[in-house]
Amino acid sequence: MTDESGKVGIVLVSHSAAVADSVAELAKALSGGGTAPVRAAGGTPDGGFGTSPELIAEAAQAVDRGAGVAVLVDLGSAVLAVKALLAEGDELPDGTRLVDAPLVEGAVAALVTASTGADVGAVLQAASEAYDYRKV
Amino acid sequence: MSSSEPAVDDVLDTPFFLRWLTAAAAAVSREAARLTDLDSAIGDADHGTNMQRGFAAVAEALEKEPPGSPGATLILAGRQLISKVGGASGPLYGTLLRRAGKALGDAEQITPQQLADALRAGVDAVAQLGGAAPGDKTMLDALLPAVEALGGDAGSFAAASEAAEKGALATVPMLARKGRASYLGERSVGHQDPGATSSALIIGALTEAAR
Repeated sequence: MTDESGKVGIVLVSHSAAVADSVAELAKALSGGGTAPVRAAGGTPDGGFGTSPELIAEAAQAVDRGAGVAVLVDLGSAVLAVKALLAEGDELPDGTRLVDAPLVEGAVAALVTASTGADVGAVLQAASEAYDYRKV
Repeated sequence: MSSSEPAVDDVLDTPFFLRWLTAAAAAVSREAARLTDLDSAIGDADHGTNMQRGFAAVAEALEKEPPGSPGATLILAGRQLISKVGGASGPLYGTLLRRAGKALGDAEQITPQQLADALRAGVDAVAQLGGAAPGDKTMLDALLPAVEALGGDAGSFAAASEAAEKGALATVPMLARKGRASYLGERSVGHQDPGATSSALIIGALTEAAR
């Protein structure tokens, strides 16, 4: 049983359920057994491609341990869906934040950082810094 | 053109708003194939089905639990759109209606000018959420002229509807700067924006609700 208490939760949103699920698995594998709670919210509830605020809200509630939730997204409606949910005020747990980060690299950085017990601000920063890891 | 329109001092009650959204749902359903066709040219070919699903959920929710005020009606509808649509249009239209609904507060009857002001607040929120500006080939290109034409002494639903239609048509030569269509660059030119088209349908439904 991993110790998830007091850790920042991570939600991974993609237009594709397969992408979101795989990025969650990948992040867990690459984070050396990250202990922060992570949940995928990919595709629509009927299994199609798209984004579902319902699935996003469910995932955020599921990973909330009282320390905030970092939501990473792919593009387009995923960004808008999370922003709209945040604007609602009561749809997502307190301390939920949209992370400005690339999905895959950001997910790994966020999970590693959250697993150390870092606060939500540190998790956001670590994920955002993934933009600076140039590949060429 | 506007002789059969209600005078600007007419009051709009909750049943008016229920008629509006029901008419909007019917219009979206009727034109779903066309919206998807437009979206297949410059987007991902799901706008019609997404909007149809969202507005069907709106109609169902309003029938099941009719809200007690115009504001509550728009807020409930917006909430349904945000959660049910599955594409970017859900958060955008949901924000439009929710923000407009919040602006109306608890009033049981409102004036067309108050509706114009509330929709203006909603359109501003949409612009902020999506980061789009007029001329970017988005729903704003239909909505902004519509709210402009709805307000003021000469304002009417017919004028708003006409302005929205014109605004949607005016997106044809525009270069898309937001959303998936923006990836196409110059190839987005020559196609009518699906979001501006559905916006014109929703604004057009106001004239049906007034009858």
